[in-house]
Amino acid sequence: MNTAVSLDNVGSPLGEPVYQLSNVSKTYARNKVVALDDVSLSLRKGSFTSVIGSSGCGKSTLLKIMAGLIPPTQGRVTLQGKPVTGTRRDIGMMFQQATLFPWKTAVENIVLPIEIRDGKAAAAKAMDKANALLDIVGLKGFEGVYPNELSGGMAQRASICRMLITEPAVLLLDEPFSALDELSRDMMNMELQRICREQDATAFLVTHSIQEAVILSDEIVVMKPRPGRIAEIVKVDLPRPRTLEMMTSPKFGEIVDYIRGLLDKGEDM
Amino acid sequence: MSDVHSTGPAGVDDADDTVWVQKISFIDSVPRWVAMSFVFLVFVGTWQLVTVFELVSPIILPTPWETLLDMIFVGKNLLTGGYMLVSLWITIQEVILGFALAITIGISLGVLVGETAFGEKAVMPYLVAIDTMPKVAFAPLFVAWLGFGIESKVALAAFIATFPIVVGTAAGLHSADENARMLFKTMGATRLQTLFKMKFPTGLPQIFTGLKIGAVGVMAGAITGEFLGGGKGFGELIRIAASQLNTPRVFSLILYLSLVGLALYLLVMHAQRKVVFWHEERVGAHE
Repeated sequence: MNTAVSLDNVGSPLGEPVYQLSNVSKTYARNKVVALDDVSLSLRKGSFTSVIGSSGCGKSTLLKIMAGLIPPTQGRVTLQGKPVTGTRRDIGMMFQQATLFPWKTAVENIVLPIEIRDGKAAAAKAMDKANALLDIVGLKGFEGVYPNELSGGMAQRASICRMLITEPAVLLLDEPFSALDELSRDMMNMELQRICREQDATAFLVTHSIQEAVILSDEIVVMKPRPGRIAEIVKVDLPRPRTLEMMTSPKFGEIVDYIRGLLDKGEDM
Repeated sequence: MSDVHSTGPAGVDDADDTVWVQKISFIDSVPRWVAMSFVFLVFVGTWQLVTVFELVSPIILPTPWETLLDMIFVGKNLLTGGYMLVSLWITIQEVILGFALAITIGISLGVLVGETAFGEKAVMPYLVAIDTMPKVAFAPLFVAWLGFGIESKVALAAFIATFPIVVGTAAGLHSADENARMLFKTMGATRLQTLFKMKFPTGLPQIFTGLKIGAVGVMAGAITGEFLGGGKGFGELIRIAASQLNTPRVFSLILYLSLVGLALYLLVMHAQRKVVFWHEERVGAHE
């Protein structure tokens, strides 16, 4: 079974580790639930990592710890050599909903992280950069438009820009396109790949879709529930750049099947 | 088979053969002003009939015509700056001051209750308790405390209008979703930034709902205050006219008073359209 996906990463050159978690555990004091048990992970510069697992496997707890939103009970979390002790500007995050604020135009939404951290003057200075980002995601000319007038896909493009404006060292993506229809979703995934490559971004994606994880990732962290822990880290050696046509290739199918097998085993426990 | 729609199964391509069309109900085809005029005419017609056949004593129910004449008389008095305009201005002052006070106290208390755990735990129960009391019953107290001038009316008006604004503000501050809160946390926002840049604007639709309910209450408060605490406002004119059984006058005074209330309501609605431009008000807007 393992030989089918004896995956050595040859497709994409990877840099030094940017984000490291060692022996991270999280127990919620309130109900003594062990959400995460001894999780160790390393994200390399420019790599794309996905985490997949059934509900209750601790994906969202892991993401919140990585975002600096909640502290781990045990273990070390370091980003760019510095321990993560709270939210930081070099951590970018994106959610299932675009979460754009309707009283601000697209470009004002994008510079909001700058406005919050450095004030209105800095936000005004960042306008040019925001416009450049809008151009990158294909929303040129939409800077003055209010979110109500954007489609779901366009809104998510704008929220990609908002995430990128502070030039974070790591992008945390919490099922960013799962609210979109399947066609837009495939398209947005390809866009995401292109943007990540252009920006040499290190990305970490939480998803429910095996296909999505495989088409985007260099490594897939498969997690098991109760307690949440890593079952296996699967490397994906499909060449870059990935295309939607690869989803019909035998190799893609093999990897998907392998991961599905791991997840099914997890269910029995 | 691909052109089934253009020819139809029976091979007939004539539009006249449509068997199932959307019927437009009669009321949908009538303009609003026509429908409203109809209701108005039925109302005035019934009123006229009641007075013609003296189903109700003419002393307590004037004819529509008498009422119209009195409305013109009152209108003239107001336009020429007569004593009624002086009274109306007093009432308008009470309403404006009362509303301003209610907005200030209401939003402050709303923030205290909606934003702080202390407010939610320790203050909210008292607000709920006071809100369930019949607030008009406090009028004699306000008169005792603040006298027969406009202060006691302003106080009662503000007292009645404050609660919906508190509730609207507190509910508004709670309306931000989990993602927005998390986003602000990841951006390193302070508590004040989160409040003013996210929670408050997110809650504006609810806050304005509170303001609109408050705008109606403030009017009722000012007039009740005048009924119970004297003074020189419009409410006093109504009270005097009623005590003299001058019913046409009571009707026309109420009408002019309701114009003030309507103006205040429309002012709040206009402000809402300007401020909360992204939020479409659905209630009462069928167009």
